[in-house]
Amino acid sequence: MLNAIWIVPAIPLLGAAILMISCGLLPPRMVGAIGVGSLALSAIIASIIGINFMLAPPPGNSFTIILWRWMTIGSFSPAAGVYLDPLSLVMMLVVTVVGFLILLYSSEFMRGDEGYNRFFAYMNLFVAAMLVLVLADNLLFLYVGWEGVGLCSYLLIGFWYQEPANGLAARKAFIVTRIGDTGLMIGLFLLFTQLGTLEIQPLMLRANQSWFSGSEIATLAAALLLIGAIGKSAQIPLQIWLPDAMAGPTPVSALIHAATMVTAGVYLIARTHVLLALAPSVQMAVAAIGAATLLVAAFAALNQHDIKRILAYSTISQIGYMFLALGVGAWSAAIFHFMVHAFFKALLFLAAGAITMRLHHEHNIFRMGGLARRLPVAFWSFLIGAASLAALPLVTAGFYSKEMILSAAWAGGGGIPILWTAGVVTAFVTSLYIFRAVFIVFFGEPKTEVSGHYDLRITLPLIVLSVLALTAGFVETPGGLGSITIFSKFMASVFGEPSITTGSAETLRLMIASLLSLAGIGLAYVLYMHPSQQFVAWADSPAILRWRQFLFAGWGFDRLYNGLIVQPFLYVTRINRNDVVDHLYQGIASASRLLHQLLHRSQTGRIRWYAGWLAAGSIVTIAVAVLR
Amino acid sequence: MATVPIIQPLLLAVLLFTLGLIGVLVRRNFVFILMSIEIMLNAAGLAFIVAAARWGQADGQVMFMFILALGASEVAVGLALILRIRRRLTTLDSDAANLLRG
Repeated sequence: MLNAIWIVPAIPLLGAAILMISCGLLPPRMVGAIGVGSLALSAIIASIIGINFMLAPPPGNSFTIILWRWMTIGSFSPAAGVYLDPLSLVMMLVVTVVGFLILLYSSEFMRGDEGYNRFFAYMNLFVAAMLVLVLADNLLFLYVGWEGVGLCSYLLIGFWYQEPANGLAARKAFIVTRIGDTGLMIGLFLLFTQLGTLEIQPLMLRANQSWFSGSEIATLAAALLLIGAIGKSAQIPLQIWLPDAMAGPTPVSALIHAATMVTAGVYLIARTHVLLALAPSVQMAVAAIGAATLLVAAFAALNQHDIKRILAYSTISQIGYMFLALGVGAWSAAIFHFMVHAFFKALLFLAAGAITMRLHHEHNIFRMGGLARRLPVAFWSFLIGAASLAALPLVTAGFYSKEMILSAAWAGGGGIPILWTAGVVTAFVTSLYIFRAVFIVFFGEPKTEVSGHYDLRITLPLIVLSVLALTAGFVETPGGLGSITIFSKFMASVFGEPSITTGSAETLRLMIASLLSLAGIGLAYVLYMHPSQQFVAWADSPAILRWRQFLFAGWGFDRLYNGLIVQPFLYVTRINRNDVVDHLYQGIASASRLLHQLLHRSQTGRIRWYAGWLAAGSIVTIAVAVLR
Repeated sequence: MATVPIIQPLLLAVLLFTLGLIGVLVRRNFVFILMSIEIMLNAAGLAFIVAAARWGQADGQVMFMFILALGASEVAVGLALILRIRRRLTTLDSDAANLLRG
């Protein structure tokens, strides 16, 4: 049964091919059937394989199948191979199941769009590329998927390409992630020249044997892979592309820019965690980047008014948690949070899409309001997603995954209290900003007319994801709450045995984190449910307003890069408008033109002169020959 | 056998060749230029004959035959060209035929 795993990425690829070749000639119902059906089939097969894998684990808890040899050049013969272990299994299941739910949703959400066919073609292509990324058994094949998802991200951000701003956002996303991709590519070159293979498992083995911990070469390799991960996962300093990527359709934001693609960096680091463990300084950098990103993005989210941008900054912040977990060596906590985050963030995006499609595509939360009664399905699913994001204690999945990361941040391998503090402060800000959105959008006075209605294709994904966002956390609970470790036990063959930390100090920290997230919700209620005059006046006072604008612009990173990179580059292009290098070649050309003008004087067309030159030349030649 | 003098005939050949060259350079009429070329060819032929007689070899005479053939064909082609130029430019002035000037 496991041999059939190649079918899982092949079906979406086939779907994409059919939709692309059909050139929009198929009727929309057929397009929807192919686009969603391929993912449904893929998800079913992935689930069957997953159940098989769990019931009868293959030897070594991992399974490799070589599909074909790509090329053979000397000792370099990369294969297109699939590697299945608990890590890639979890990734595959999340990608196919969440992907299916989101595509089912979009078959209704995108109805009537003239690019309906194009949308499903790209989405299918994306899922195929993402599956290649997570299932590849060597880094070169992984890189194919890595670039494939980047391409689809570009195509789908600029999906409504008639709007110039969308094209700009698409290019920005592509160029910024390209910085990371370049780092990753150089990292692959380095790994191959140093260790002679790109197959992940032998590579990790050889790295462990031939490099010692903290050596320069291991640090360099880990740092290069980290650059790739930062670009893809929108971490500081390359996080600027993700908020603008919200220009794409909402299901795209849900699937690509929240649930799957942006977590590819987390997957890459988790997949090559042996390398990271060999480079403690880089691992420390991962934790620092994660901690900085989650704080910065959470404060930026606090000041947005576009509902999708709130969620975008929230995604950056949540991936910051995953990086924090990777940085302190809590690999399975990072993957656990990835899984839970995929559920609740996809849910939040789909709920936000369900709101905007009924409000004439109004994205500004201050023009919504009072929607709790009028859009009950969207309200309850957004509320559940928000609760899970805010890590509402005990009942939500987000609580358990965040708790696992926070406990590792204090007590894990590289954990130090300051990382835990950053995580806890962010947990407070997170519940504040997401419940700010909840109270402003769903309560208070109605401000925009509601139109249209939902059908089952919208509500079903919302309900399923709501259930997952609430219950997916029960496979892993902290020491004080039952010590269930199904997830980390399952991951043990990849990441090693879980270390359980229990004790009163641990329980106290858990209480503090829970209270802070509840306090965030409470503060949001006080401030935004019935905003008092003093608070509004304070928020609009000039000094505070300047800070709010600074945070609204995402801590001014765009301006910084504009001044630091874009403007100097434009300046250089401006002074080089006439092409400095070209002057050399123009000099050669004008010199030969000068010589030509001299010579062409001698071409008089008078035959007697020619004869004279001929005679003179002969005389000189003979004289030289005789007298020499 | 008395030795054949060589200096005087060669001086004659040089004289003829120089006359021919001056004719080519100075005359403007195509017919005279052609005739001057013939003189230069004959000067070269004379030099061959003298050399052949001096060393008792037949090669020089063979070369003279070639030069005669060359001269005949040159006149044939040259006269044909001159006729074309005369038709086209209605003159035999070589300086008027300067359409290929740079």
